[in-house]
Amino acid sequence: MQHQVTSFASYGAFRTSTPPPPISPFSGAWRNKTRGIKTETGGTRLPRHAAIVAQLELKPLPYSLDCLEPHMTRQTLELHWGGHHRAHVVRLNNLIAGTDLDGKGLEDILLATYNKGNPLPAFVHAAQVWNHDFFWQSIKPNGGGHPSGKLMELIERDFGSFDTMLENFKQAAVTQFGSGWAWLAYKANKLDVGNAVNPCPSEKDNRLVVLKSPNAINPLIWNYAPLLAVDVWEHAYYLDYENRRADFVSVFVEKLVSWEVVSHRLRIAMEQAAERARKETREDDDEEATRSDAVEMYLDNESDDSETE
Amino acid sequence: MALSLGSSSSLSLASPFSALPGQAAKPPSISSSAAGKIFLNTKSIEKKHLRQFQKATKVLSYYGLTSPPYKLDALEPYISRRTLELHWGSIHRGYVDSLNKQLAKSTLYGCTMEELIKTTFNNGNPLPEYNNAAEIWNHDFFWESMQPNGGKLPWGGLLQQIEKDFGSFSNFRDEFVQTAITFFGSGWVWLVLKTNEKKLSIVKTSNAVCPLVWGDIPIINLDMWEHSYYLDYKDDISKYVNNFMDHLISWHSATGRIVRAEAFVNLGEPKIPVA
Repeated sequence: MQHQVTSFASYGAFRTSTPPPPISPFSGAWRNKTRGIKTETGGTRLPRHAAIVAQLELKPLPYSLDCLEPHMTRQTLELHWGGHHRAHVVRLNNLIAGTDLDGKGLEDILLATYNKGNPLPAFVHAAQVWNHDFFWQSIKPNGGGHPSGKLMELIERDFGSFDTMLENFKQAAVTQFGSGWAWLAYKANKLDVGNAVNPCPSEKDNRLVVLKSPNAINPLIWNYAPLLAVDVWEHAYYLDYENRRADFVSVFVEKLVSWEVVSHRLRIAMEQAAERARKETREDDDEEATRSDAVEMYLDNESDDSETE
Repeated sequence: MALSLGSSSSLSLASPFSALPGQAAKPPSISSSAAGKIFLNTKSIEKKHLRQFQKATKVLSYYGLTSPPYKLDALEPYISRRTLELHWGSIHRGYVDSLNKQLAKSTLYGCTMEELIKTTFNNGNPLPEYNNAAEIWNHDFFWESMQPNGGKLPWGGLLQQIEKDFGSFSNFRDEFVQTAITFFGSGWVWLVLKTNEKKLSIVKTSNAVCPLVWGDIPIINLDMWEHSYYLDYKDDISKYVNNFMDHLISWHSATGRIVRAEAFVNLGEPKIPVA
């Protein structure tokens, strides 16, 4: 998610799915809009009502709208990205404008509005914006195939085989009742208890898991690192597959998934998990060191028992 | 009629009439003899059905799929034939088949659909059969909440009750439309008669939750799952709800339901005779 500092609020939302023509600094439109109002002394100032707001934008798709045909039609993408995803961005901007969440990163907004289980109204929009970004980046034209390297190794370690993992993933997607998402995530096994410290952290404690979540829920709130997501809200597949969700998910894993992106996310997740583990052991060591400094050694030897007669 | 929705979907196992899937129970035929006496040929009918049953598959059917009280293209252009073919023929039927499969291995058979829903809801920890049972009931209710050439205004007692509880019909309509437009996720929007407050109210429920589980009496519902409008309206929920309110909603069914509800909830002021 990029932040765009703009001087007028209406720039955030476009009604059409194609971007507006670029306004060059040398055209009249730019001059009229950004140069502002002419003052009496001959200078210019920005119009007072246009506050400078940092707004979240609708990130463009990494491919064009008809690149995923016939697995995901142009019409679906226009509605899904241009309609649903865009609407969430607009509503999120409206809800956080002027609050202390304005200007924060998307993940920070997500975690803050989740509010530990009592979500604020902005949560669903923040989460859906994040989820959809994640989803668009997880797929590509001519996707599918098999992963390789560390990802394949971990899949085989944690699921037995690649096919088993895909089976689990499809099952999760198909059995998610109502709207929601199915995920492949990297879970660093850690209890959510204040002083839970793993004395010998190793990479073996972390594992890949398949899970499903309802509506807008996202595994970031449980501190998992998502690697892959499939949108099983009906709007994602109803125009192309009608009610055959299983067919949609099969096509998704066979023809659309970008395993390179998933591998890349896994690499980042593993680094972050290792970093967090290192930080925790370092903190633990620091704690012990300070504790030993604080302990006073009782050095009184006046009543040394060994010297009694 | 909408009144017996619950019992029309539930066919108890006791009678062999109900054994064949998808068949409504038929009354035994009556033949009159020359002397004017009327015999009920129940024995021969039972034997015939039993024989048919034994020849049919071994799958027992606990609940049947009831069809909407209109043809699948009768709601055009507001709800297309294809949407109904999928929504009723595939999705609703899918719930019936899933529930029957589940009940084959469970002890919950023999209830009416309403009893099954309340039992399986289990006060908020739903059993696996809940989603299927509730969705069957909700969809039955939904088909009957609509009619071709519906919409317009309610009349009589129902209109009076709406005006009493919402201020005016247009207040009610606005609130209903607003609730539907701001709906997130999958679920239903209902006009219910709340038994405790003794007034009409608009509630929204998610996924398969049905106000029956709280003891309230539903009067009208609207399916907000995306499969019910996506083919016809894409993401334009406002148009879907407005068309529902203006052209589809069946105030006939609603009136019948609230009349029945008055047997359970006292909506009137008691008439105290003046001495």
